[in-house]
Amino acid sequence: MATFHLQVVTPDHMVFDGEAERILLRTVNGDVCILAHHIDFAAPLGIGEARVTDAEGNTRTAACAGGLLSVQNGEARVIATTFEWSDEIDLARAERAQQIAQEKLNSLKHDDRSYAFAEAKLKRALTRIRVKE
Amino acid sequence: MAGASMKDIKLRIRSVESTMQITKAMQLVASSKLRRARERMESSRPYARVSREAVMAAVSSCREGSVPYVTPREVKRRCYVIIAGDRGLAGGYNSNVFKAVQAHRGDVDCCAMPVGRKAQEFCHHRGIPALADDFERVEGTTVGSCFRMAYLLLGAYDRGEVDEIVLVYTDLVNMMNQEVHLERLVPVEAPEKPDGRAVSTVYEPEPDELLGRVMPDFLAGRLYSAVCDSYASEVASRRNAMDSATKNADAMISDLRLKYNRARQGAITQEITEIVAGAEK
Repeated sequence: MATFHLQVVTPDHMVFDGEAERILLRTVNGDVCILAHHIDFAAPLGIGEARVTDAEGNTRTAACAGGLLSVQNGEARVIATTFEWSDEIDLARAERAQQIAQEKLNSLKHDDRSYAFAEAKLKRALTRIRVKE
Repeated sequence: MAGASMKDIKLRIRSVESTMQITKAMQLVASSKLRRARERMESSRPYARVSREAVMAAVSSCREGSVPYVTPREVKRRCYVIIAGDRGLAGGYNSNVFKAVQAHRGDVDCCAMPVGRKAQEFCHHRGIPALADDFERVEGTTVGSCFRMAYLLLGAYDRGEVDEIVLVYTDLVNMMNQEVHLERLVPVEAPEKPDGRAVSTVYEPEPDELLGRVMPDFLAGRLYSAVCDSYASEVASRRNAMDSATKNADAMISDLRLKYNRARQGAITQEITEIVAGAEK
């Protein structure tokens, strides 16, 4: 199958830099799948699972949150806030984060500004747990 | 007289030696920190570069004036993000950053987002109001704290409290050379218009909305990479400063040793002269 150049970067390191067959990601408008020869495209990322199939056909899943997906001249770039492969996820930490976020949500009012933050935190924690399992 | 001066010199040698031990230890610590700091710096660079390219592409396809982060407005109040060190004894590292801020500042009303204890002290002394006072340690700055900074900065910009955000950081050109850079973060410098060819990128949602959403990410990534760069520069600068301090101390000690030996010889000669003079009588 045709492949394309894919780069996945987070603020602290380059997670993936190489040829890939396909990548499935959650953007703010829903899931998208990028294959080779995709039209130039850009969309902000939501919080969700990502699946990357590399040139050898191996698929890996990851928890991905925030940032931007951009395809330019057939090269895809995922500029994510966090991008953790399923085998790198610390389950205990995610569960703890889930608990803290849940408690915070219960104590806040809906119109509170930090409500959205806590909600995003909870969503990230839940995604990590789901990807890990 | 000769004996007292010998004692003085000996004391001085000892004090210089103990100072040298400290500078040498600091140099070693800085060297080992430097390696880690450089690794962190290298790995933070791709994100800043790649996100910049993507944001620039989105900026150039925005409708004119549709996004506040692109349209410059009259600068009534400027905000400086000042990244300096946690500690001194790093040569001119901190003062170079502050000099650059002072030179750029002019008469415009300004506020600051100091990162690092020395930057906080600087703002405090100069009476520059700080947007946030809790980014005390450069070394321990995480991606998370950079996101917090980015939200604070963009919040102030959105509310119209500041009209321009300028980043002041130190770039590690190489081990011996660090340069202070000033960079306007917001509003984003618009790139030159694409060379006639139609931009056919599909944006979901529209580029203006997309830019509003990814701006905090872009800013946080830029801040993080600037923090990593600055920290590596600080450590490199401290290592160089401590290296030359150690060398200076070494030169001073050998100079003092020479003086000490001369004084000792002088004392012996004098003693012999006195004894001989006494025997001749």
